[in-house]
Amino acid sequence: MTLKFTLSLGAGVLALGLATAQAQEPLKIGVVSVLTGPAASLGQQVRDGFQLAVDQNGGKLGGVPVQITVIDDELKPDVAVGKVRSFVEGGKVDFVVGPVFSNILGAIAKPVLDSGAILISPNAGPSTMAGKACHQNFFVTSYQNDQVHEVLGKYAQDQNYKKAYIIAPNYQAGKDSLAGFKRYFKGEVLDEVYVPLNALDFSAELAKIASAKPDVVFAFLPGGLGVNFVKQWSQAGLTGKVPFLSAFTVDESTLPAQQDAAVGMFGGMTWAPNMDNPQTKKFVSAYEAAYKIVPGSYAQQAYDAALLIDSAVKAAGGTADKDKLRAAIKKADFTSLRGKFKFNTNGYPIQDFYLVKVAKRADGKFQTEIAQKVFTDYADPHAKDCALK
Amino acid sequence: MTTGLLIVQILNGLQFGILLFLVAAGLTLVFGVMDFINLAHGVQYMLGAYLAVTFVGLTGSFVLGLVLALAAALVFGLALEFLVFRHLYERDHLDQVLATFGLILLLNQGVKMIWGAAPLSVPLPAFLTGNVALMDGILYPTYRFALIGSGLAVGALLWFIVEKTRTGMLLRAGASNAPMVSALGVDIRKLFMIVFAFGTMLAGFAGAMAAPILSVEPGMGDTVLILAFVVIVIGGIGSIRGAFVAALIVGLVDTLGRSFMNDLLRLFMSAPSARATGAALSSMLIYLLMAVVLFVRPEGLLPARGRT
Repeated sequence: MTLKFTLSLGAGVLALGLATAQAQEPLKIGVVSVLTGPAASLGQQVRDGFQLAVDQNGGKLGGVPVQITVIDDELKPDVAVGKVRSFVEGGKVDFVVGPVFSNILGAIAKPVLDSGAILISPNAGPSTMAGKACHQNFFVTSYQNDQVHEVLGKYAQDQNYKKAYIIAPNYQAGKDSLAGFKRYFKGEVLDEVYVPLNALDFSAELAKIASAKPDVVFAFLPGGLGVNFVKQWSQAGLTGKVPFLSAFTVDESTLPAQQDAAVGMFGGMTWAPNMDNPQTKKFVSAYEAAYKIVPGSYAQQAYDAALLIDSAVKAAGGTADKDKLRAAIKKADFTSLRGKFKFNTNGYPIQDFYLVKVAKRADGKFQTEIAQKVFTDYADPHAKDCALK
Repeated sequence: MTTGLLIVQILNGLQFGILLFLVAAGLTLVFGVMDFINLAHGVQYMLGAYLAVTFVGLTGSFVLGLVLALAAALVFGLALEFLVFRHLYERDHLDQVLATFGLILLLNQGVKMIWGAAPLSVPLPAFLTGNVALMDGILYPTYRFALIGSGLAVGALLWFIVEKTRTGMLLRAGASNAPMVSALGVDIRKLFMIVFAFGTMLAGFAGAMAAPILSVEPGMGDTVLILAFVVIVIGGIGSIRGAFVAALIVGLVDTLGRSFMNDLLRLFMSAPSARATGAALSSMLIYLLMAVVLFVRPEGLLPARGRT
């Protein structure tokens, strides 16, 4: 009798122990980001923004402890594919969050999705994966790439500018950018200039802009290109003379270098560090305390990705039931830093877009600030090509 | 196309050429005199820019910061010479390329660890901000005039050193026939060290002068290095005069190509195809130029005398 009782008690304890062990099995998440090369400052924001959300949740998402593996894609598709493949094949992976650049996403999407993991892009939002190549396990917490350029085109059209001078690097994303701007801008395009991706000096282009006297300039010059262009723009005495609209040219990753030269320039985005809601205030001050820089959209979108995972894992009670998990993700039942946030059928967000303006804060740091709303509940046009419902 | 625009673009070309000359001068000296392929020359340019960021930030004065950055670049150059380069002079070119390429990786990563990956900048010195009005509202930044002026001054100084001093004579002799100079009892090691340190300082000077107009970021030296090699190949390896002339040619060809290629092609092409061809052609122009020079004058436009 006593023996039997002890045995059953033992079995019970054992079963209980197993159950806790199972519940304690951590969420396995890979964060794929660029951490070497000139684009590393963007990649660090993605990594840090995601980590900050996890830290604020006590190292857990959806009540489950998180095991994060950070993978540096080096901005090289072949390197990224190799590292990501060996990661997802090395054991059950629940989520892959990343990357920053669309060409890397194109490379890693297949191995990640084939493994059954859920892929959440905190930045890259190519048109292909919004349309025909959409996937039930693929979600985007940023935007569809074209939309940011369209914000500026729409604004230029709304302002009734007649003559625009537009400039971008000579590669596919550059051409897509100018096409996106022209989709909404119906005035005359004085010149459409493509510069090499490694251009250093823009004095030739700036001299042409000064002599062409356009009503507005639109530029897509990401990273170092934008730093050079903006500094030289102000040195050429163009500041305040011609309105400067841009995409990914003046943001929190480049402002520490552009500083006063960028003040008053416009960009397009879904969020800015001065967004008027309590969660953003908390996020910005926590991020600045932890990483000493003003967070940009890259950090914000990665932070939102972590909150999304948190909400979905909680609602689905873990990651074992993929259908339940997917349904929970699609609900997007979390408090986005942007305020409003919901998913379209293709896994891309439907959200508001703003014109943002560079400003100098009272503490001497620089940030983008919301100037006005340009699109409300804006969905990308590619969703109609996606077979998902 | 107006005369004003043409003048501005020619100035832009000159200024870009001067910047290239500052980088290429050191590279051609080291390559010519020491027969040493220094791929790390580009990272030394980058380091000059980063040192300028730090020292201008610390002192709050551009001139003082520049002087300190130059001194630091010189010290760094000497340290590199002592630690790395000295052991490579006797090796063949492949070893030198390998080792100095390793230095590129090391220093790019090191810079990122110290200063961070985000691009940085140096504010324009207050007395050089603003613009000079050339004509009918066409402005040209004062700082770029200063850049052209300082480049010309360095060019003149180099000319003086190379043509009029004893060290310069040894340099020229070394560029023509280093073993013979050594055989005549000149301490070639010391000469090499001076040349190398001076070359490093020139690269650092170029970086520091470029810092207020360009983005200071890891890897910024890599693009410049390629252009500098184009310059010294066109100008003739080891020749300062050649580097000067070739740098100006490359600067002008690149800038004018970028500015007017589209308009030129539009005369006999539709606008969209002129745009596509123009963008592609203008970025190839200097490499085409190099290919032509290599074909017609394989030793470069103004080769160092006595060199075969």
